[in-house]
Amino acid sequence: MGKTILTADDSASMRQMISFTLRNAGYDVVEAVDGRDALAKLAGSTPHMLITDLNMPNMDGIELIRQVRTLPHCKYMPIVMLTTESQDAKKQAGRAAGASGWIVKPFRGEQLVMVAKKLLP
Amino acid sequence: MNQRDPVQTFLTEAEDLLTRIEEITLELAPDEAHGDRLNELFRAFHTLKGSGAMFGFDAVAGFTHHIETVLDQVREGRLALSEELISLILRSKDQIKALLEAAQSQEPPPAAAGTEIISQLQTLLPPTGTMQPKAAVPPRAPKPVTADPPRQSYQIHFRPASDLMTSGTNPIALLNELRALGDCRIAADAGRVPPLEQLQPDQCHLAWDISLATNQGLNAIKDVFMFVDGGSEIKIEPVAAPAQNLARPVPAPAARAEMPETSAGPAKAAPAPAGDPLARKVSAKDASVRVPSERLDRLVNLVGELVMNQSRLSQVAALANLPTLAGPVEDLERLVDELRDNVLGIRMMPIGATFSRFKRLVHDLSSELQKEIDLVTEGAETELDKTVLDQLGDPLVHLIRNSIGHGIELPEARVAAGKPRSGTIRLAAAHAGSSVVITITDDGRGLDGEAIRAKAIEKGLIAAGAKLSEREMYELIFRPGFSTAKQVTNVSGRGVGMDVVKRQFEAFRGQIAMTSEPGQGTTLTLTLPLTLAIIDGLLVEIGPDQFIVPMSVVTENVELQRADRDRNNGRNVIAVRGELIPYVRLREAFAISGGEPDVEKIVIARQGEDRVGLVVDRVLGNHQTVIQSLGKFYRQIELVSGATIMGDGRVALILDLGGLVRMAETQRNRTEATPWVPGLDHSISNIRQKTTAPGSLGALNKNTA
Repeated sequence: MGKTILTADDSASMRQMISFTLRNAGYDVVEAVDGRDALAKLAGSTPHMLITDLNMPNMDGIELIRQVRTLPHCKYMPIVMLTTESQDAKKQAGRAAGASGWIVKPFRGEQLVMVAKKLLP
Repeated sequence: MNQRDPVQTFLTEAEDLLTRIEEITLELAPDEAHGDRLNELFRAFHTLKGSGAMFGFDAVAGFTHHIETVLDQVREGRLALSEELISLILRSKDQIKALLEAAQSQEPPPAAAGTEIISQLQTLLPPTGTMQPKAAVPPRAPKPVTADPPRQSYQIHFRPASDLMTSGTNPIALLNELRALGDCRIAADAGRVPPLEQLQPDQCHLAWDISLATNQGLNAIKDVFMFVDGGSEIKIEPVAAPAQNLARPVPAPAARAEMPETSAGPAKAAPAPAGDPLARKVSAKDASVRVPSERLDRLVNLVGELVMNQSRLSQVAALANLPTLAGPVEDLERLVDELRDNVLGIRMMPIGATFSRFKRLVHDLSSELQKEIDLVTEGAETELDKTVLDQLGDPLVHLIRNSIGHGIELPEARVAAGKPRSGTIRLAAAHAGSSVVITITDDGRGLDGEAIRAKAIEKGLIAAGAKLSEREMYELIFRPGFSTAKQVTNVSGRGVGMDVVKRQFEAFRGQIAMTSEPGQGTTLTLTLPLTLAIIDGLLVEIGPDQFIVPMSVVTENVELQRADRDRNNGRNVIAVRGELIPYVRLREAFAISGGEPDVEKIVIARQGEDRVGLVVDRVLGNHQTVIQSLGKFYRQIELVSGATIMGDGRVALILDLGGLVRMAETQRNRTEATPWVPGLDHSISNIRQKTTAPGSLGALNKNTA
């Protein structure tokens, strides 16, 4: 039975690319269009992992991570943030908020799968 | 939608974003610094950059980076939103659109306009140059494929930050990842686990020390810890190849000097001082030295001489009774002890290399005999003196051949007997006191007692009606000319088997014992001395003669009163705390004349499961014993395994516990009127004959009256 990954990104192409890659690797993927949407989707279910962009409308990635970590059922869930090379400060903020890891954009599909495998052994 | 090409989705998305950018930009009023619209604008460019790079629009990403940088400054309030900037944003938007179209129609991108916009954007930036030429889109080329890095061992120390698990990282998963990289040994350090009442169940209090031998290279190890941040302690240090890998080419120092230590995570490790890697390189190289073994042997011999000399000096000093001399002599004794231990330690090598030879042997032989056999080894790290190891190989080969040839059945027979198709031979080594015990266990058919008996009778080794204990029956296997194999094969059945093996083991004070369960398998237990050169001994005296009991077997000393002896009607047993222990009167065993003192001492020694008492006149104390082997004329004497030269030049014999235990047992069996086995006789009279024969032990013992 596949593991479920929730991905939050405001870019449809990114969501599509992430979903496509992860589904091919055997994961179930739930998509959210921003932080608020992701949080709403977490209220009813517990995915095995969250992959979130940092720059999103309504609720950004950092705030999403912070909120997710306060949910008891998501306390130990691996959270991966998608950053860009120029966002070192954001990366630190994400770590402080409780992110488990990060992927620097642009990335290749294999990198994404590798990180998913690493955090969801 | 999911079936669509993500590139198409991106293009659609980019078009929407560009339209949105235009809308927002036109709404922006100059000097309006903060606000959702600015954030949205920034995000739109950010998405264009990120997704553009994702889907191969590098020109778009590269260009967008500049406008994003400027907008970030505006967002932070460091740059005012001017008319000029607004027009630049609009022109950037047009440029991005043009770049996207060019990429789709495979035309060269309109670079000139872009360069102009970029230079104008850069004039707007504050001169700090914070965002200067930071690589907009780092090349995502796959890592250069290099030849497999050589196999290298690393010592890894990992103490995770206590809140590691609450950031979604599972330390067990990390350890498993390391384990997947190569041969891995993980030791947990629970030293910082708090008392129960202070224990936070979701905090990680453990640390791990990991030895890893891998050919994946240092980067693979660093990748394991890539998400572990600065709060955790991670040390990765290459170590010199372990001794059993000496046969392998030593990896070039350069390969292991590269990044000798690292702390993974976003917090970049403070750059090491320039000289540091070089220093480490040197130390890693110097960490082990190869020396020809003859030099070591010579060193060991010299230390042996030194130890003997030292004990002579101690004796002289004791006689001189000078306090000024006693102090330095004592210091010297301690130093010599330490020197001896260190020198002997140098010759210690793990038995693993010897073990690994057998994998091939088992594979070849089992396929030759159409048997299916797994070889399991344990305790490969157990260390033994190199001289012992060197002599161990051949007899072990013989024993393993025997297990394959005689022990393990053919697959069909095994299945018929309800056992798994493939048999298992387990080769295990472990320390036991100052000995190393090697066990060879097979789960084969076991020994056939009746076949052994019939064969022994046929060969004239025992009388037809002889009653044998289990151990005596197994002893038969080690007698010359004994072989029960029905078929003479390449593997076994030449009839030179076990007696040769036994002699080989005994040549270096090893012992061999066998137990077997019919249908379940056979276990051979080999007890080997850690070293051949020097042992700790207990010096005892009988009449004028001195003997050494290896200290490793001594458990206690008790007194034997003449009255106790008489009470037991000549049965040589003594009760020590409720346990009856047989004893051997060494005075009789070695035919030493003269009367015994009223109170004798019994040295209780343990040999495997057996305990035996050795009756002596006096116990003199500790003695550093440098073992000298006796000549081949004395090989028949089971009670002594060697000799040593005392400080005053006298010779003391080193007692062989195995022989003494057998003797005590034979004695007891006889007193209990059990028929004894001819040919397995270690009785006192027999020994006395031997020891008093001319040219034998008596002659060696100059002081024997």
